[in-house]
Amino acid sequence: MVEFRYRSDEVTEQPSVTLDAFLDQSNATAVRLEPDDDARALLPFLDRLTLIEVAFPKYRDGRGYSAARILRESGYRGELRAQGDVLVDQIAFMRRCGFDSFAPEASLNPEAVARALSTYDHVYQKAADTAVPVWKLRHG
Amino acid sequence: MYKYDHYDQALVDARVAEFRDQINRRIAGEITEDQFKPLRLMNGLYLQLHAYMLRVAIPYGTLDSRQMRMLAHIARKYDRDYGHFTTRQNIQYNWIKLEECADILEELATVEMHAIQTSGNCIRNISSDQYAGAAADEVTDPRPWAELLRQWSTFHPEFSYLPRKFKIAVIASPEDRAAMRLHDIGLELIRQDGVLGARVFVGGGMGRTPMIAPEINPFVKADDLLSYLEACLRVYNRYGRRDNIYKARIKILIHEIGADEYRRQVAEEFAHVKTLGIDPPLAELERITAFFAAPAYDAVDVETDRSDPDFAVWLDQNVKPHKQAGYAIVNISLKPIGGIPGDATSAQIDVMADLAERYSFDELRVTHAQNIVLPYVAKRDLYAVWQGLRDAELADANLDLISDIIACPGLDYCSLANARSIPVAQKIATRFADMDRQRDLGELKLKISGCINACGHHHAGHIGILGVDKKGVENYQLTFGGSGAEDVSIGKIIGPGFDEDGVVDAVEKATEVYKALRQGDERFIDTYRRVGLEPFKEAIYG
Ligand code: HEM
Ligand code: SF4
Repeated sequence: MVEFRYRSDEVTEQPSVTLDAFLDQSNATAVRLEPDDDARALLPFLDRLTLIEVAFPKYRDGRGYSAARILRESGYRGELRAQGDVLVDQIAFMRRCGFDSFAPEASLNPEAVARALSTYDHVYQKAADTAVPVWKLRHG
Repeated sequence: MYKYDHYDQALVDARVAEFRDQINRRIAGEITEDQFKPLRLMNGLYLQLHAYMLRVAIPYGTLDSRQMRMLAHIARKYDRDYGHFTTRQNIQYNWIKLEECADILEELATVEMHAIQTSGNCIRNISSDQYAGAAADEVTDPRPWAELLRQWSTFHPEFSYLPRKFKIAVIASPEDRAAMRLHDIGLELIRQDGVLGARVFVGGGMGRTPMIAPEINPFVKADDLLSYLEACLRVYNRYGRRDNIYKARIKILIHEIGADEYRRQVAEEFAHVKTLGIDPPLAELERITAFFAAPAYDAVDVETDRSDPDFAVWLDQNVKPHKQAGYAIVNISLKPIGGIPGDATSAQIDVMADLAERYSFDELRVTHAQNIVLPYVAKRDLYAVWQGLRDAELADANLDLISDIIACPGLDYCSLANARSIPVAQKIATRFADMDRQRDLGELKLKISGCINACGHHHAGHIGILGVDKKGVENYQLTFGGSGAEDVSIGKIIGPGFDEDGVVDAVEKATEVYKALRQGDERFIDTYRRVGLEPFKEAIYG
């Protein structure tokens, strides 16, 4: 279930299909990536997708962070959802990698999430969000 | 030295507040140990055999006297009056109380220090050459680059849940004092046609499968470096193995797909990443570089008075040439005979801080061999520095000799250990306590790990000792022929293992074979490489 969403458009009602099913000529607009899936397989179809759900079966498995960035770097603007073993202390990193909705398996405390997202005012590196890295602030 | 601006400081302060909150939630029972574990590990806090252990980052091993005094203060106030300097140029405290951890970090933050990313599957503290800025053979000072990498890797959103931990070393000299090619990424800064850039080595490491990093790119320009590293890490994050913790380091990925295939994938990823504008402008490197400007040298070159024989021995063994005439590099050995390698008491740490402030332009370095360096000492002050060290029992003249042993904490502290490392180091050092005997043996790097994880770099020892568990009894394997320097190599096991006293005897026999067979000024490792294992084996097992 989507607990946190940082978008203003309507939630996609269509259930997401597996990458294989999607590539099999499906006309689906929502797809789910497992950690093993290559996010780049979706690049030709980004325009018609409204939801990409990235699975995190274990929080330690960080492949989904790269998947998210690759999708955003390639111009994907639809909903990018992290689903699974998503913990409060990961949300800020996930936001920076381009995720804008979260469906954690174990429900998270909204206050704790808000706090985690506002802990740091600045970032050191450019990522898939709009945060301006400090090197840019230092040099204008 | 680098100084934090308000951005750097705010980040570290926020981290302390965040961790304090996490600790409070743990103490209040709001989160379980299981949930707390990844959080504390992101802050360098391990649970060991007897207590919590806190690892504090010393970025690229560089610190000033104020920071050094803070390390002493922490040892005095929160630990048992000593700290342990590690092979990754950090410091560890072995007896930390969870309730005090946030206070410690808060105190550290007041002197621009932290424990961020000193554990966990992220990019760890960047290591470098302890002689940076002082070495005659350096192409440039590697520390500004290390600082640039520190900032880039701090809270990197994509690379905080890598398959395994990730260690980067940066050097800028042909002589490798940082075991650069035994890191996940090793960078050697070079100048090509006047342009500064880096040779990039990827996939080195120790642990249970030691590997020397192959060269993945002979030259990456300065302004492409972060994009290139980002590409290196991304390929690893996507394709590194996650099914088996023992096969999760990047060295295994590169071993399995081959350096050529990895290089190809990185090149492809780099072509994409380079379009994203993630490289800071060169102005940022220049800003950082300005902090590392040469100190205001003012001493003239003098002949050092060698009339005190103890001083003369120390001078020959522990003092190295400097790029600036009139100056020298002083190595402080943390390997007193019979002591614990890398340990220093609060009082000793304070003495080193005082000497640095007075005689070394306020700077110190930690070395991967668990020693300390005063990088900028005027030759005219060498005798005074030596006297100060001697009075604090810090003047052991054994740099790079057989008693300058690297040893991990082993079974005395570590929950993963098979065997004790510290007593073996103490016995070997004691056996070879005679200085003339040690000096006659010359450079001999002996390194001890208490288990296959190789925290004590045994694979890179001219002589390596590995603690194994043999049916519940501590047992030690010997390896010969390793090196972590520019002649990098991995040691080979010489035969069946020994008990604690047996391994000390075997080491002694090996040194006798060396003495009998050496030619000219060959070091132990040179003789071993020339004659091979047989004569050693015969003497030890025959
Ligand atoms: C006492 C707590 C410690 C624990 C639990 C610990 C654990 C480990 C483990 C599990 C590895 C193997 C990682 C792998 O191969 O993937 C490792 C490697 C290493 N550790 Fe430690 N360690 C400890 C202390 C130290 C200390 C005190 C030092 C420095 C003296 C150190 C330096 C290293 C180094 C240099 C490596 C090798 C890195 C490589 O494989 O490339 N560790 N440690
Ligand atoms: S080598 Fe083994 S025993 Fe030694 S510190 Fe590392 S994990 Fe512990």
